[in-house]
Amino acid sequence: MTATIQTLEPIERPPTTMGSRLEGELMEVSMGPQHPSTHGVFRMNVALEGEIVRKLKPVFGYLHRNHEKIGENTSYLGSMPYTDRLDYFCSMTNNWAYALSVEKLAGIEVPERAQYLRVILAELTRLQNHASLLGFLLSDMGAWGTPLMYAFREREKILDLFESLSGSRMMCDYMRFGGCRVDAGPDWMERAKKIVDLFPRFIDEMENLVVGNEIVIARTQNVGKLSAELAINAGITGPMLRACGVNYDVRKVDGYGFYPRFKFRIPLGEHGDTYDRLMMRALEMRESVGILKQALEQVPAGPIMNPKVKIRAFRPPVGEAYGRIEAPKGELGFYLISDGGTNPYRYRVRPPSFINLTVLEDLCLGHTVADVMVILGSVDIVMGEVDR
Amino acid sequence: MIGTGILKGMAVTARNFVGSYFEKDRLITVQYPEERNPLPENYRNFPFLPYDGDDPEAGLRCVACKICEKECPPQCIYIVKSEDKKPDYMDKPQFYPKVFNIDISVCMSCQICVEVCPFEAIKMDKVFELSRRERFDALLLRKSDLAKPNEYYHSICPTDAAEVDAKLAEAAAKKKPAAPAAPAAAPPASAA
Ligand code: SF4
Ligand code: SF4
Repeated sequence: MTATIQTLEPIERPPTTMGSRLEGELMEVSMGPQHPSTHGVFRMNVALEGEIVRKLKPVFGYLHRNHEKIGENTSYLGSMPYTDRLDYFCSMTNNWAYALSVEKLAGIEVPERAQYLRVILAELTRLQNHASLLGFLLSDMGAWGTPLMYAFREREKILDLFESLSGSRMMCDYMRFGGCRVDAGPDWMERAKKIVDLFPRFIDEMENLVVGNEIVIARTQNVGKLSAELAINAGITGPMLRACGVNYDVRKVDGYGFYPRFKFRIPLGEHGDTYDRLMMRALEMRESVGILKQALEQVPAGPIMNPKVKIRAFRPPVGEAYGRIEAPKGELGFYLISDGGTNPYRYRVRPPSFINLTVLEDLCLGHTVADVMVILGSVDIVMGEVDR
Repeated sequence: MIGTGILKGMAVTARNFVGSYFEKDRLITVQYPEERNPLPENYRNFPFLPYDGDDPEAGLRCVACKICEKECPPQCIYIVKSEDKKPDYMDKPQFYPKVFNIDISVCMSCQICVEVCPFEAIKMDKVFELSRRERFDALLLRKSDLAKPNEYYHSICPTDAAEVDAKLAEAAAKKKPAAPAAPAAAPPASAA
């Protein structure tokens, strides 16, 4: 069921000498919001003793757009394009999570072909998200450009697929309650197959760049260790939780969509450090490629929309529903309460990257400033989702 | 041995560098203003109002029902309904929009207006080179900017446009089985 990360010899890091000279003297540094590696507009107030982080206070809200309140004042359908703007790297999975919770609320069936298309698009999203994360993380470590360019080259191919299907590279707005908006033709499927078949070449390249690289190992091993206990207590999900060795994946636990039909393993880490989190992404990409191959093989013909669903004046019955999926960054859930009207009474998002960010201080304490950037990169945040 | 990992990484970089001279797959940059990638047919950016025939006023399919105005999530459509009526493509007297504005600085190209319109009167455009020197007035598209001939729709989305034409022609034929096809109902198929 699971795959584990190979362990490598740890590499000695030179001791930081600055700390001893400035013992007891704290200096407060504000990092961000316009820092190149804060992944958007995120600020940290760091109290430093020499180079060592003694306190860290995240400050966010710079990108707050009132997403939840807007959701309560818009029709159910009208919120769908707004969900694209949450985690703008993975609009397909955001769409799916929102569609899933509305479908739960209103008891809507989704046709088989649409379910397959959703799995295909969600896994493609996972590929491009993890690929770009690896690129960003290496670029945070100082490998300026090269790995990021390779990652974006692959991402671009997947975004082209999204564009030719949904009309937009990032703001896909593709799923609808009870299905998907546009059908994928046979040539789209062919293109997707070709890209998926070639994708392992990129993962191999990335692993060659990363796995044995002494600099990467020195910068990431034993940095930002997260214990399984703290991770569970803090509600961490996604690759970050699995890097601590906790076997929890909503795809397996809930079996939403058609995931129980596919064979795949859940990669698990052991130490919960940055290196494990990094390798987790590479292993997950391999499993995603496996799911995609099966899905592209099996996808049946048929309708992609449930014909009973109305587009206009859609009113689900009174009730509440929580739909969650395994987004690339963790468990993404939408909690909706309906009072029978055209707008939800309450609209709540459970954003994975926001909750994963809550342990940032625990990860960074005792490490140097330079490590903070690497740790933050390995958490995988997108500010659109953190601030909403 | 320390250093082998770095050498392995360098080999990857070297392979990519040399490979980019031989493999098209590894060279993906397009020199934008001179070279352009063709846009996929489903590409969407900002709505427009297709009209039948030659007159952008008379041929507009929109009947000012204001459904799109109500459903547009960021509320960027503004419509004023006419007092009088004009004949539509089925020669049935209908209202028409006296004012039809879309503020494209707010529009997010979500396509919901297209999906909810019952009259096939609003469609997604493909223009994206829209930078302007002025923020307010220049980015407010008026009815005259939005109205574009059906032939244009055929040229950007041939499949969809043909489907829409067939649907409208069918509806017109059903409504008026005796009358000859209304001139506006069946735009020339050769337009594509
Ligand atoms: S595309 Fe969306 S945002 Fe733009 S006018 Fe239509 S409904 Fe409004
Ligand atoms: S564009 Fe369509 S939905 Fe909007 S007012 Fe005109 S007819 Fe109605």
